[in-house]
Amino acid sequence: MNNPVDKPTEFKYVGTRSIRPDGVDKVTGRARFGADYSLPNMVHGAVLRSPIAHGRIVAINTDKAAALPGVVSVVTGADFPDIPRQMVPTGEQQVDIRDVAENIMARNKVFYHGHPVAAVAATSLKIAQQALALIDVEYEPLPLVMDLDTAQADDAPLLHPDQVTMTMAGPVEDARPSNVAMYMPLAKGDIEQGFADADLIVENCFETATVHQGYIEPHATLVDAQVGGRTRVWTCTQGGFLFRTLIAGALGEPVSQLQVIPTEIGGGFGGKLSIYLEPIGVILSRSCSRPVKMVMTREEVLRATGPASASRIWVKLGAKKDGTLVAAQAKLEFEAGGFKGSPMVPAVMTMVASYNIDNVLLEGYDVVVNKPKASAYRAPGAPQAAFAAESMIDELALKLKIDPVDLRLKNAVDEGDFAVYGPPFAAVGLKKSLQAVKEHPWYAEPLADNQGRGVALGFWFNVGMQSSATVRLNEDGAVTVVTGSPDIGGSRASMALFAAEELGVPPDRIQAIVGDTESIGYCDTTGGSRTTYATGMAVVEAARNAVTELRRRAALTWEVPVEQVDWIDGNAVDQSGGHEPLSLAQLTANAGPTGGPIEGTATLNAQGVGPGFGVQLCDVEVDPETGSSKILRYLVVQDVGKAVHPAYVEGQLQGGVVQGIGLALNEEYLYTDRGELDNAGFLDYRIPVASDVPMIETRMIEVPHPAHPYGVRGVGETPIVPPMATIANAISHAIGKRITRVPVSPPRLLALIDDQ
Amino acid sequence: MARNQVTTTINGEQAEYLCDTTQSLLSVLRDELGLTGTKEGCGTGDCGACSVTVDGRLVCACLMLGVEAEGKQIETIEGVASSDGLHPLQQKLLEHAALQCGVCTPGIVIAGKALLAENPDPTEEQVRYWLAGNLCRCTGYDKIIRALLDCAAEMREVQ
Repeated sequence: MNNPVDKPTEFKYVGTRSIRPDGVDKVTGRARFGADYSLPNMVHGAVLRSPIAHGRIVAINTDKAAALPGVVSVVTGADFPDIPRQMVPTGEQQVDIRDVAENIMARNKVFYHGHPVAAVAATSLKIAQQALALIDVEYEPLPLVMDLDTAQADDAPLLHPDQVTMTMAGPVEDARPSNVAMYMPLAKGDIEQGFADADLIVENCFETATVHQGYIEPHATLVDAQVGGRTRVWTCTQGGFLFRTLIAGALGEPVSQLQVIPTEIGGGFGGKLSIYLEPIGVILSRSCSRPVKMVMTREEVLRATGPASASRIWVKLGAKKDGTLVAAQAKLEFEAGGFKGSPMVPAVMTMVASYNIDNVLLEGYDVVVNKPKASAYRAPGAPQAAFAAESMIDELALKLKIDPVDLRLKNAVDEGDFAVYGPPFAAVGLKKSLQAVKEHPWYAEPLADNQGRGVALGFWFNVGMQSSATVRLNEDGAVTVVTGSPDIGGSRASMALFAAEELGVPPDRIQAIVGDTESIGYCDTTGGSRTTYATGMAVVEAARNAVTELRRRAALTWEVPVEQVDWIDGNAVDQSGGHEPLSLAQLTANAGPTGGPIEGTATLNAQGVGPGFGVQLCDVEVDPETGSSKILRYLVVQDVGKAVHPAYVEGQLQGGVVQGIGLALNEEYLYTDRGELDNAGFLDYRIPVASDVPMIETRMIEVPHPAHPYGVRGVGETPIVPPMATIANAISHAIGKRITRVPVSPPRLLALIDDQ
Repeated sequence: MARNQVTTTINGEQAEYLCDTTQSLLSVLRDELGLTGTKEGCGTGDCGACSVTVDGRLVCACLMLGVEAEGKQIETIEGVASSDGLHPLQQKLLEHAALQCGVCTPGIVIAGKALLAENPDPTEEQVRYWLAGNLCRCTGYDKIIRALLDCAAEMREVQ
């Protein structure tokens, strides 16, 4: 534990709505995203993808492609090194680096429609695409495994015949080859006794679809690899250092030969924690000794990256007449895609983490199917789990005739309560958030026919992990803050505010930038809602180190002991009153004679992370003739710890909710019976547009997180946890039937309404 | 393959370029002219990240061919701010924190500016429908809509 703990009691700059440091670049088109980078002598790379969803690669012939004028390189799986199976820590979770390597470029088998099987570099993108069409691949098709039932049948075709079901402690008993990659139970108390003690038991089974993060910027990379020399990779990523680890790992090389330069990133939501193009770019670039640029099309993004797991969750809850929850049992099955690693584990851990329940048995299953390997998506696994749990809490409230917020208040965790997965909670704002919903005027608004009101809550852990920051003081008194955390939603504005607060310098004098893997110390990813918490903490500590040096320089100048010098509001102040204060700009202008340039640096591994709880309310009107659902009003309340830049915190709440509206009402991967994605474009994979949604009302509850110097807790992920349940509950009340499957698309809702 | 010579006007300046017959205006702007402020999110006219105006009309640059720009007036995001400063809409987007990742922002600026040229006093609903072709995955649209309404009000006051 090395968190700085001195807490300011009031703030001058933190909590203001300053203009973000990268703002002008973003509104003028100057900001450079992944696809905006080019180099002299550059060639263009393109990927050939499998036209079948499951099969063996019998032979690949690239002769005709290689002979096409303008083609400078053609590679297949045979050009990539064989990577031994090994779990590599990547911050939030471990990944099997062999799976990563085989997902990037198929070796002997293809596991989903769109799986890369070859790549070409050519002097133009058009030639590269022509060359792809000249590559002959012979496949031996294998039976498809597109859903949880097929995957878990006794005679199921096996995607990975060497895979057995693992637990956290090793293989399950009597392990035999299986499409179930992992089984994880989480138990507490006596589940049978719990249900025996219950006055009311409810149960149901809930299903969610395969969905995509839907970032607007497709994956893009520019690779400059020199044979025998260094490799530089420009890429849109949520973690330059993570990508360095993954790219080097997938190629079986040391990280030290690789420089990863994160570009501006056009959205990620977890989907840009996975590598796809970069190692292919390295192999192509080496083989032709030229820089290679690779940019995915939207269709490639939807077919072969991202998706968030489809799930099926059976849940059973038991309660006393007074609403006390006494038992919770669930079976959570998550599709991992072609390789193991769905977010089943966090789904299990979050599912009932908001409640005190004495008897719990949750069992999770990670199941491989012939779909793209699932990637993280904003609070991975938690929205699916909350959909099931919060729908059944709603059902209990309905049947017990207890107000749904009161029922949650009665069972909600508070400071000192133990999370179902182990540790006790420090100060948390769940009950305050529930109260805020109840006290909001919307909670008492009357509803008309075909309208329904839904409430649900959500929990996400948030994480800490490693961060580095440098605060450089320039000779004119302006400040540069460097971190290694890619800025995905305005975090540079927060970094500038942290430094402003500590240094006593207005935020408009502070430039916050994102460094590459060679210009700043190691930083874990922008993920887990950790950036403002952990990297912000590093900025605070780095700024404090700079202040220590500033005080020392003033003491030298005045020839007084450093203990006699205070730092107040951007000035060194002599406690004895014997000297005029020296401003930061005066001290930096004179930095040369007093010992050289002034900067502060900090590296840390942030501990004691504070979880995020949120509660949401929405009113929905359904059209019984078309089956469409209109969101009438939406309220999001969340314990945000301390809102460093309130406008960007509100933005996280609003953005997460609208993504959740998409999950609840529209978004869904549709597959043909050949295992081919049938809606691989934004026209048919319909994310919410401006006219689909109302303004999103926010209420920020600030229960300071005790382990952070400013009380910050992560805010980015929690907002997407409750929406599926909130909206499904609202629609359930509007139509008088429980929604058990999302998205509640118009045809699906119409069928429900018409089914008497 | 023979390439086509095109003469057009981009952000008030005459521009000449060579392009393939099949090349989109978006590809010409980004790949031939280095104007990378206009973004590609889908290439199929669904996301609006590549919004530009052609003779004042809002279009997706990915749905128009480079050769079709002959003799036209094209405006891209690079032409919106001037040496006098940002356009009021750019300023309002910053003040309202109406962008997170910012990749849709150039398209929002171009589309929003086109709306205000056509309707200086739009309702919230009109703004939402006008921007329905500009996908934003980060903000939930709330702050973008507010920035546009605020900008419209301020521009009306100035006039």
